[in-house]
Amino acid sequence: MAYDSVVCVKQVPDTANVTTEAMREDGTVNRGALPTVFNPEDLHALESALAVRDEYGGTVTVISMGPPKAADVLRDSLFRGADRAILLTDRRAAASDTLATSYILSQAIKTIDRYDFVFCGRQAIDGDTAQVGPQCAEKLGIPQITYLHEMVSIRDHVARVRRSIGHGWEIVEAKLPVLITVLESANRPRPPSARRVMRMKRARVPAEVAMEVKAEMPDAADEQLAAETERRVQELRESGLLIEQWDLDHIQADLSRCGLAGSPTKVHRIQAIVLTKEGYTEVQPSETGIKELIHELVVDRTWG
Amino acid sequence: MANFFLDNDDIQFLFRHIDLAELARIQEDDFAHNGDDASGYAPRDAADAVDNYQRVLEIVGEVAAEVVAPSAERIDREGNTLNEDGTVTLHPLVRENLKRLSQADMMGFILPRRYGGLNCPYLIYTMATEIISRADASLMNLFGLQGIAETVYAFANDEIKDEVLPRFARGEVTAAMVLTEPDAGSDLQAVRLRAFQDDQGNWYLNGVKRFITNGCGEILLVLARSEPEIADGRGLSLFITERNEQVKVRHLEDKLGIHGSPTCELVFDNTPCRLVGERQRGLITYVMAMMNGARVGIAAQSLGIAEAAYRMARTYAHTRWQFGGPIERLPAVAEMVTDMKIDIEAARALAFETARVCDHDHNNLRVLEMGPELDKDEKKRRKQLSRALKRMNGMLTPMSKYYCSEMCIRVTHDAIQVLGGSGYIKDYAAERHARDARITTIYEGTSQLQVVAAVRGVTSGSLDAWSEEHEKRTYDDHILEELKRKLIEARQLIAETITLVKSNSTSYLDLSGRRLVDSAVTVVCGHLLLAQGAADERKKRVARRFIERELPVLRMNCAQIHAGDMSPLEEYALLAGPVPAVV
Repeated sequence: MAYDSVVCVKQVPDTANVTTEAMREDGTVNRGALPTVFNPEDLHALESALAVRDEYGGTVTVISMGPPKAADVLRDSLFRGADRAILLTDRRAAASDTLATSYILSQAIKTIDRYDFVFCGRQAIDGDTAQVGPQCAEKLGIPQITYLHEMVSIRDHVARVRRSIGHGWEIVEAKLPVLITVLESANRPRPPSARRVMRMKRARVPAEVAMEVKAEMPDAADEQLAAETERRVQELRESGLLIEQWDLDHIQADLSRCGLAGSPTKVHRIQAIVLTKEGYTEVQPSETGIKELIHELVVDRTWG
Repeated sequence: MANFFLDNDDIQFLFRHIDLAELARIQEDDFAHNGDDASGYAPRDAADAVDNYQRVLEIVGEVAAEVVAPSAERIDREGNTLNEDGTVTLHPLVRENLKRLSQADMMGFILPRRYGGLNCPYLIYTMATEIISRADASLMNLFGLQGIAETVYAFANDEIKDEVLPRFARGEVTAAMVLTEPDAGSDLQAVRLRAFQDDQGNWYLNGVKRFITNGCGEILLVLARSEPEIADGRGLSLFITERNEQVKVRHLEDKLGIHGSPTCELVFDNTPCRLVGERQRGLITYVMAMMNGARVGIAAQSLGIAEAAYRMARTYAHTRWQFGGPIERLPAVAEMVTDMKIDIEAARALAFETARVCDHDHNNLRVLEMGPELDKDEKKRRKQLSRALKRMNGMLTPMSKYYCSEMCIRVTHDAIQVLGGSGYIKDYAAERHARDARITTIYEGTSQLQVVAAVRGVTSGSLDAWSEEHEKRTYDDHILEELKRKLIEARQLIAETITLVKSNSTSYLDLSGRRLVDSAVTVVCGHLLLAQGAADERKKRVARRFIERELPVLRMNCAQIHAGDMSPLEEYALLAGPVPAVV
């Protein structure tokens, strides 16, 4: 029995390699100065889907919502074994919070139509909300299993999963289709396949092609640019190297539920916290010393 | 993500410095396929191919750093297991490493795309071998066995190739080259394992092999005596067999290092097998070709181990405080750390140059032997080129294997010295690196045998031919020009010394071999570092340090040869003392 999986992936700023230019004077993030990476837990979600395909057959479709540059993580997914990749990109989707994002993703997944599994990383390292996966499941009206640690079995259209509950685990079952969020401890992502890299390194979404054409022909008229872009897109399509690009119209999204309009989350205040060290307190290694320290921590509400 | 390619400035420098586009062109037959062959992943042009090489090394670097390195300590402690039925169970983490390398398509590195390989040049494979070895020296012994697939590709018939090579490329099988026997180590002409034919002409093997790296692998290439009436190397042929009931592992060696690499004693009991290539060419043609490649592999393994040890020592010297400061401020420590780094860079320059020449040699031979018919002049030109390259490789390959492995032992021992007491205990990997390093001067031909092979090239014109090309270069930097002048003088001194040695006995030549080869290494590495120095300011300093440090040693070596001391031979019994009585 073969199973089809959809994997939601995200390109995020590489918070592990933050340089001093990462934050502007006013405390906002300077995305241009941040290298981007495949959201770590999404790689584990992809691996879970690939493992299901290895064992049972089927397909793996990867989808990402983001600017054209997010095609990087889609190419990486293709290198690691995904069968199909779709970029959801639309200016009208900018500034979406988790509610709008999960709405858009769920519309896209509905458009894909045939799926048994949706895999998501537990959370993204830029927002750390862990909300998008579960919200997608709600909108798709399918069961969800969060914190996958191990796929125990898939039988008779029922997935049995060992999920982490913090200090232990439990085994739960859900009828397919099911949405599963995956932890880092679930598996070890496979490396990219060199042959697939050589074969697919030129895969592009149309938006990237348009940007490349514009960079190469800075003085060309718009019609010329469009024609050249179309020619290259067609070439990529013929060689199977065109990554699909969808917009909000394609997935029949209700625009009032997308982007800023569809995002009830309001940022109340952004605080730039600068940690400074002001002197030090010496604590005597004695019963009294420790008691005084505890008292001090309780008083300034660090503790208790 | 950690990456052992991207974090290695010197390998990356050499990736840019060496003319990879040229290698790509000869590797891909000038892109006659235009990027369009049945595989679907042929490069279109040189830039495309070099981009592929970069990406492949990035994958190797990622797998090495993220998967292989974290497992190395446990594999070293726990090793592999011999089962009662004569099979071997690899350590689960070794299996995991192999699985990851297969997933990344790294097990068909140099095989043609037709068999599912990556068709990378040997130089890129050498870089990859170094990167893997830095993560776990013992995994190199499995990764590095791809030369066996290369041997099958070069010499076996199409039936065997079509059957075996795609399985190599998919990583489904690993192999062993089954040469050594209890009484045939360095002297492979003494191989006794019998190969015989039944009435139908089917071949079988009978006998024992020892010290077989990955002898438990699925595919065995076995050197055996097919002509019992011929006692020397001409009586030996090469056979291929798959793991089966008639070949058993009798013993797994308990070794000083490279514990992840299973070293097997194999018993063949009427094991069915197939002949590879022609009878009687087993040792003299096929194994010699295979061993040459394997020697460059050991050079790369040595580089990787030394790199790992150096990094540990560099960090420790920087962070360990004694006498009110980091110990790297102590002159003796500073010199040790500096020289570790410089020796690695000199050795790497030599090993990569060797691999580059190997690529020219292999590809030229491939065109001559497997390509379409050439016109008379072109054929003649290529045959001449082939002879020249073979001579050059005959010197460079043993020189690299010798210099890199000896360097590796020095560097790993110095790393322990820099770490002091911490280096001697198992809490740090320094002692593992030193144990792993120790085999590199022994297997695939000992240092002493490499010297015998290399000195032939040094004394018969290969050194001159190679050097003359490099002496022609001009540098628009007076430091580099001055250093080059010194190297030219040094070669003069070597030439005079060779003349003197040649007027003496053959045994004196053997006795002087190491000193001559060491001197030649100084000249060769010196020139390579000068050329690098022209492209990079730091490299210029590296070249200066290396040459200024080594020239006095070169003069000392030549002076010793001029002194003509034959006492280790003439007064052996006296100087070596009596053979100790058995206690």
